[in-house]
Amino acid sequence: MRLEISEPEIRQLLEIVYQRYHYDFRQYAGASLKRRLQQALTHFHCASLAELQERLSDDQSAFPQLLEYLTVQVSDLFRDPEFFLALRRQVTPLLATYPSLKIWIAGCSTGEEAYSFAILLAEEGLLDRTRIYATDINDGSLRKAQKGVYPLDRMRQFTMNHRAAGGHGSLSDYYHAAHDSAVMSPGLKQHITFADHSLATDSIFSEVQLVSCRNVLIYFDRTLQDRALGLFNDALCRRGFLCLGTKESVRFSAYGHRFQELSPEQKIYRRVD
Amino acid sequence: MAAPLAVVIGGSAGSLEVLRPVVRALPPVIDCPVVVVIHLPSHSSGLAELLGADTPLTVKQAEDKEPLSAGVIYIAPPSYHLLIESGATFALSVDPPVHYSRPAIDVLFESACDVYGPNLIGVLLSGASEDGAAGLQEIHAAGGTTIVQSPLSAEVAIMPAAALALFQPTYLWSPNELASGLSQLLSGRSA
Repeated sequence: MRLEISEPEIRQLLEIVYQRYHYDFRQYAGASLKRRLQQALTHFHCASLAELQERLSDDQSAFPQLLEYLTVQVSDLFRDPEFFLALRRQVTPLLATYPSLKIWIAGCSTGEEAYSFAILLAEEGLLDRTRIYATDINDGSLRKAQKGVYPLDRMRQFTMNHRAAGGHGSLSDYYHAAHDSAVMSPGLKQHITFADHSLATDSIFSEVQLVSCRNVLIYFDRTLQDRALGLFNDALCRRGFLCLGTKESVRFSAYGHRFQELSPEQKIYRRVD
Repeated sequence: MAAPLAVVIGGSAGSLEVLRPVVRALPPVIDCPVVVVIHLPSHSSGLAELLGADTPLTVKQAEDKEPLSAGVIYIAPPSYHLLIESGATFALSVDPPVHYSRPAIDVLFESACDVYGPNLIGVLLSGASEDGAAGLQEIHAAGGTTIVQSPLSAEVAIMPAAALALFQPTYLWSPNELASGLSQLLSGRSA
């Protein structure tokens, strides 16, 4: 059975994390956060969140480890191939009308989504005019994303995804194998800027034509979802594109009226006006 | 027992054949939500339609942040964990699979237990994994009502047997007993 932890204990820990480390998880959806904290307790061999707090105070290396439990998301290249197929068919022809492109991957974790976008844009002849900003709150994830090194045994799945996403060429054109790893090509990396940014506490940094933030908002409560959607609304150019996860929606948010559906199935929206 | 505020049902291989008669036998009006996690291949999203044909109750895929309503049967969307938040709303996650499954039964059961405690009914059906056993044990420990399909009656006994190895459930039922028994619990009559 899981270790029992109470909501007041969780709130207290999140408050400390915010005050001491300036990471704000206070408006994250509680149930998933609780599961992740329970996994962290097991990892740290702590019996309670109070014990975990002591560990954080005593051991400087503890917080980065805790952050892994609170934030890290495993993703795939071309996760949800149907989404990338819709992007290729419905969005890239419109992106091609812009002389230069800025794209924001919000919550990029270890970089898979950013590289998928870069490959798709390269195939559609748009990467040379594109700057991709890929942001996350976890420095460790950003470092991994910047390296762009993935286990070679995941490439089989990624290759199938890429093909199902309408990929023209071979995925292997965009990485080289080194031992048991796949290293994403420098030609992709030079178009991606990985940067620290929090949807909970930071503001916008550039006007962009497209925002992709897939399977991030499900971890936020409604207030924080609204904050993030407000940032996307402010960052997007007129008629800019917003991509959410297939089970995410702007429908119930305060910004619902600011976006119209382009692909209801794949949750691709355009900013109105 | 305390009046149920929610029912959670989990199953895997061989559970759909049991679940359909259970849904068919439910009263046309029930005072609580029913939430279902059945392991299915990730591309099959037609479970809500399938079960919807069996009952006058509303059957739908649960949506992120959606409040749970009485009289509705909710199905976990394929490839997402389904959780219940303290305000009785749903949350989804793409956290790693549990017991090789996403959605995982344990994830639903444990989060539901946190919200409903003794007022929760948990049902574990046939299946070829141990997912759900730990979650049902939590419901049991919190004083909720637990129902396990009898392993002898299950097409694949691993899942119910895993639960029985951890604790003694309130009811150990065959598919027929399940259909009539759950319906009676939800009608407010004693089973």
